[in-house]
Amino acid sequence: MIRLKNINKSYTMGANKLHVLKGLDINIDEGAFVSIMGSSGSGKSTLLNILGILDDYDEGEYWLGDQLIDKSLSEKQAAFFRNQHIGFVFQSFNLLNFKTAQENVALPLYYQKVPRKERAARALEYLDMVGLADWAGHYPNQMSGGQQQRVAISRALISNPQVILADEPTGALDSKTSHEVMEIFKKVNGQGITTIIVTHEDDIAELTNQVIRLKDGQIEN
Amino acid sequence: MSGLFERDKWQEIFATISKNKLRTFLTALGVFWGIFMLVFLLGMGKGLENGVYKDFGARAKNIMYVWSSRTTLPYKGYKAGRMVPLELADLEILKEKVIELDKIAPRNEIGEHPVVHGIASGDYTIRGELTDMPLIEAFNITSGRYINHSDVADARKVCVIGETVRDVLFGEETAVGSHLTVRGVDFKVVGVYEPGQIKEWTREDMESVVIPLTTMSRAFGTGEYIDYMVCAAKPGYAVAQMEPKIREVLKNLKSIHPDDSSGIGGFNLEEEFQQIQGLFFGIKGFLWFVGIGTLVAGIIGVSNIMLIIVKERTKEIGIRKALGATPNSIISMILTESVFITAISGFLGMALGTFIIGGLSYLLISNNIETENFYNPQVNPIVGITATIILVIAGLLAGLIPALQASKVNPVVALKDE
Repeated sequence: MIRLKNINKSYTMGANKLHVLKGLDINIDEGAFVSIMGSSGSGKSTLLNILGILDDYDEGEYWLGDQLIDKSLSEKQAAFFRNQHIGFVFQSFNLLNFKTAQENVALPLYYQKVPRKERAARALEYLDMVGLADWAGHYPNQMSGGQQQRVAISRALISNPQVILADEPTGALDSKTSHEVMEIFKKVNGQGITTIIVTHEDDIAELTNQVIRLKDGQIEN
Repeated sequence: MSGLFERDKWQEIFATISKNKLRTFLTALGVFWGIFMLVFLLGMGKGLENGVYKDFGARAKNIMYVWSSRTTLPYKGYKAGRMVPLELADLEILKEKVIELDKIAPRNEIGEHPVVHGIASGDYTIRGELTDMPLIEAFNITSGRYINHSDVADARKVCVIGETVRDVLFGEETAVGSHLTVRGVDFKVVGVYEPGQIKEWTREDMESVVIPLTTMSRAFGTGEYIDYMVCAAKPGYAVAQMEPKIREVLKNLKSIHPDDSSGIGGFNLEEEFQQIQGLFFGIKGFLWFVGIGTLVAGIIGVSNIMLIIVKERTKEIGIRKALGATPNSIISMILTESVFITAISGFLGMALGTFIIGGLSYLLISNNIETENFYNPQVNPIVGITATIILVIAGLLAGLIPALQASKVNPVVALKDE
């Protein structure tokens, strides 16, 4: 599903060049449930951004399915891939505060030009899947962190992506809620969607089937 | 940027706008005020213009007055200081030699004389005229008719009287068809007239008795002399073109030195009128300048606020991009929002401006308030259309920089957790 070959990425900060990813080779099979671990500065967020086509890389090859993702991709194409194939879940949920739960979930479909009524119906369906159908009309600031993250997961799932990328999805949640959220990810993965979770918590990583440990831009194992 | 009219996109934009009311309000205020000022200023300017033009009424503006005065240079054996009266015969020569000349309306006044009807009488100005004066001075014939060609040709003893004369001499009686006496001569009243506007300076028209010039000559022995004549230019010709030719012909005819600045006097009303027009052109230009300036300030305000909004919405834009928004869809979103806000607020400003101008006009008319130099302020529909076009372009311009900025938002940076 995902193949990374010798991925290198550096940031230039003034006169200093910061080599963040140093030749990563990673293979993730379709339907895998993977966590990426590492301390801060290990390069795990950069890796996730590259996987999510939010950032580009300097060297190597990134294959998403049978599509080579590289710099030749236009912004429009990148937007298309993000929209069609990738679902994002963030640590701080990143819901739009002026939209209801249902409207937030429906947003990716807006960019697929799905008609409004169908969007609303499907959003409700996906909210129901995470047990929040009754909260459809609520705004994010009326909901708990756990609920917001479940809304965010619904939003990531609604475009029926091949890959879910979660960046510290439990970072802002207490342990009980964290485990509930992980249960949902497990269910999602059970449907055959490749799920990649970035975390620095061991007990979270333990719940996944495969752990990739990063240290100083390299795989540690 | 396709699909400007997609229902979905508008719903998305309505949702964003309506849930950020204060922000939208602040954005709208500048443009609202700008358009309001533009419409209001131009409306008031129009009121001023109408007020001044109203004094001209419906009278012909392409005219000049010609009279004679004392010469100041000796010429062809004549001494300086000679008085050269104009005569009825001059009219035919002028008509023949000055091709720009359309109509000539001469007038001779023999001062005030007692005018008698039965036991009623009053002192009124006696005027000798031909047929065309009502066309030039925009008289209203309130009953009967004015002097006609047969009256002049046959030197009939008929007269047309001003409204005041009719009022005093005839009261409730029907004037037309009745008779009155001036200096022992009996005249039949054929018509009653009044000036187009009743003002201090048109009172004399109300208090005059007009008889054919030919009749005046015969009945009162005024010869063929006339005091002055009004010359109207043919359509398409400027009075300024006609004026020197008239002077030249008359000077030649009356043996006045060609360089004499006196002898033949003239007043070019068209020139006067054009000066006023020029003045209002200038005033209008100034008002547009001020109005557009205010509007531009408003637009810059909108652009500024949109920039701040884009900053504030960096995270939102980052999220939208992560969820699959293309740069174009972001540009389109910001631009449409900007155009929408400017257009709506501009229309509101235009509506308020029009409403206030209309209300003012209504109040002035319904309360019969006659102000000097101010009358019927109006909003020109052209201004409305122009303003609409300006608004849409303004909205695009105001949104352009912020939209480009928004499309360049880097989702990695935007979504970084603080």
